[in-house]
Amino acid sequence: MRKALLAACFGLGLAAGALPQATEAQTPKRGGTLTYMIPADGGPSLDGHRETTYAVLHATAPFYSVLIRINPDNPSSTTDFTCDLCTEFPKPSDDGLTWTFKIRKGVKFHDGEPLTAQDVAASWKKIVSPPAGVASARYANFKMVESVAAPDDETVVFKLKFKTLSFLPALADPYAYIYSKKRLEQDMHWYEKNILGSGPFKLEAFTIGQSVKGVRNPDYYHAGQPYLDGFTAIFAPKQSVRVEAIRADRAALEFRSMPPAAVDQLTKELGDKITVQRSDWNCGNVLTPNHKVKPFDDVRVRKALFLAIDQWKGAQALSKIAIVRTVGSVVFPGSPLAANKEELEQLIGLWPDIDKSRAEARRLLKEAGQENLTFELLNRNVDQPYLIVGTWILDEWSKVGIKATQKVLPTGPWLDAMRSGNFTVALEANCQNIVNPIADVGRWLPYDVEQENFGGFLDPTLVEIYNKMLPETDVAKARVLMRQFEKRVNDEAHQLMVTYWYRQVPMRSYVKGWKISPSHYLNQDLANIWLDK
Amino acid sequence: MYLYVIKRVLLVIPTLVGAAALVFLLMRLIPGDVCVIRLGSSGGTFDPKAVTLCHQELGMDRPIWVQFFDFMWGIVRFDFGTSMWSAKPVTTEIWARLPVSLEIALLGTVLATAIAIPLGTLSALRQNSWLDLFVRVFAIGGIATPSFWLGIISLLIVLDLTSFFLGSPWMPPIDYVPFWEDPIRNLSMVFLPAITIGYRYSAITMRMTRSTMLEVMREDYIRTARAKGLIHKLIINRHALKNAMLPVVTLIGIEFAFLIGGLVVTEQVFNLNGVGRLFVQAVQNQDYTLTQALVMMTVVVFVFCNLVVDLLYAWLDPRIRYS
Repeated sequence: MRKALLAACFGLGLAAGALPQATEAQTPKRGGTLTYMIPADGGPSLDGHRETTYAVLHATAPFYSVLIRINPDNPSSTTDFTCDLCTEFPKPSDDGLTWTFKIRKGVKFHDGEPLTAQDVAASWKKIVSPPAGVASARYANFKMVESVAAPDDETVVFKLKFKTLSFLPALADPYAYIYSKKRLEQDMHWYEKNILGSGPFKLEAFTIGQSVKGVRNPDYYHAGQPYLDGFTAIFAPKQSVRVEAIRADRAALEFRSMPPAAVDQLTKELGDKITVQRSDWNCGNVLTPNHKVKPFDDVRVRKALFLAIDQWKGAQALSKIAIVRTVGSVVFPGSPLAANKEELEQLIGLWPDIDKSRAEARRLLKEAGQENLTFELLNRNVDQPYLIVGTWILDEWSKVGIKATQKVLPTGPWLDAMRSGNFTVALEANCQNIVNPIADVGRWLPYDVEQENFGGFLDPTLVEIYNKMLPETDVAKARVLMRQFEKRVNDEAHQLMVTYWYRQVPMRSYVKGWKISPSHYLNQDLANIWLDK
Repeated sequence: MYLYVIKRVLLVIPTLVGAAALVFLLMRLIPGDVCVIRLGSSGGTFDPKAVTLCHQELGMDRPIWVQFFDFMWGIVRFDFGTSMWSAKPVTTEIWARLPVSLEIALLGTVLATAIAIPLGTLSALRQNSWLDLFVRVFAIGGIATPSFWLGIISLLIVLDLTSFFLGSPWMPPIDYVPFWEDPIRNLSMVFLPAITIGYRYSAITMRMTRSTMLEVMREDYIRTARAKGLIHKLIINRHALKNAMLPVVTLIGIEFAFLIGGLVVTEQVFNLNGVGRLFVQAVQNQDYTLTQALVMMTVVVFVFCNLVVDLLYAWLDPRIRYS
């Protein structure tokens, strides 16, 4: 049913280049404790609805259930969603505006209280329409939702304002933990400081800024899972510590990613004791010229910036030293709505003939009277991959006579400079969790629609295309509209996607069952992991 | 003596008020804020209304003077509020890290003092001998070597040596366990960082001990003691060393206070969940409440250490007591 529905919605699509190494079919073994690291300095609050960092998700996802999720046995797919708390995927009724989910019976929170549809609805209401004084980080992704209700203890009904392909992927948000209605009614902020879910693991200990420990939930509702007796997640912000810890087997892995040099070092030192899973990543850098600042109000100058960069060769070369690899545009390359190579090569900034591209860049700069263009590229003081990509871009620009320097700022001032428009050209990041092309491209909309677009441009045509695409449920038609959207973004040189990132997760070979996905936010409940020791 | 102590304690008040005002203002001069970092640093899309909501939730939409008054009133009541980043009480955040930093600082201090004072004294007593030369080279090496580099290198050496001799690499644990829960695991985690910081710490203390001992040994009262026929050991222990310790004690006090919140890189290299790492994290996240509390804590630690040093002065040098 699920597959049929999704095939109808999306067609079948697997992430190109996103296929993890084939994992041998083995019978999972029970027992053992998995120790992994979270490459962060502890997280902010424990409330997944409120936070955006993976540090929270990697520490808390094993404790929680969600309504639907990406298939944990096929997470590299961008379209294979599966039920977690629901019993089966519903057929939408009311001309696609009503989605009715049946909730599993017998599910319990870790304190023994039963989990019902009332809890699911209460949690989703908190996410979609948080009450005053309660923060919900992704509520803007649910613009299509009119209401969430639980008419009885086994049914949750989502009513939509309009049909859209972006609803189901949005619903599979990995942060959309199901909380206890009772706790939320007592205190909407309770989950910021406490953990109480119904997921595969129960909280054993939480040491602030240091580690999280979980033990197997014997009442878990997915038969036979989890396989582990428990897990220990250790916060380890420094990369050298993480590499050494894997080397000395103090920890088996970290789930985010490691740069090529670290992966090579571990592979060289540990041989067959290490396995590496790789995937294209639904994250990348975005080059944003500030359209409100001269001469970047001139489309010729902006185009020249994009035409000077050889992404096809650059991405391959950079992949040896940085966490980047794949060339793409506004849609994640593994999605059915993404452009293929031929389509990409038509876009400004992605022409295959770099000599022709740079000649055009020089011509445009001359025509705009900007042959000696000099400016400052605003960048973030994060080595992987911001500084590496930024340095490469400066070099590419120098090949058409543009003399740019980098202004590198810590995260707070970097974000502030972009939000206040205090920059000429910025290198920002675009990092999403679930691949949801129609929702994800919202970030490319002009600032009168998407206020956190820092480009400072207005473009009614782009908004018009998006508004047609948003309620389109025919994949083929949505794909055509997406091409128009993408072409418009590049023709107007509003912003440029600069190589997608590439996930490489080296892990001790005894860790089995986990499969990599295009996002470090996905497939983190650890239920299907087992240890071959 | 009591009056002396009371005077010293009262002097703490203007110091604390000044530090509080300074950190409050400086933090707010940095562009950006905790809400934008929380919502925007992951590269995902977010709604500006979420930022406004976050500002309201954290009370950042109130006038700055109201926030300042609130902060100062909190200090008076020993209530530093809630971390803007983690939503946990600031005191909980700090208490979780303090034992780690305190243990490392204490171990480092004990190690440094145990090495520095005997070697510095011997070096001074046998000036220009081979021993003196060795101690000076050792001390200069300690001053010139950054602690974090020493930390990384020592960790790599341990990994490589254990790999070579035992067949598989070993490194200290990366999650802290208190001493009373598991002494062996605890010590195996803290011994390398303690040596790393202890080396630099002992180097500067050794230099100070040597130079002050050399100075004291040339004083008239030492010559008088010798002329009176006192035995050498007594002259050194009772007359020379005690007087030479005044600047050394000051140095130890300042270094100890620094170690409580200043071991940023060492804590990162050994994955120690200490106050130094929390400090950097709080500043990076622009967590005003936590940074303010940490600065206040550091000021209090420094003031307290200075007070202890001053009291030790009085014990070491009777002239201070009598005056």
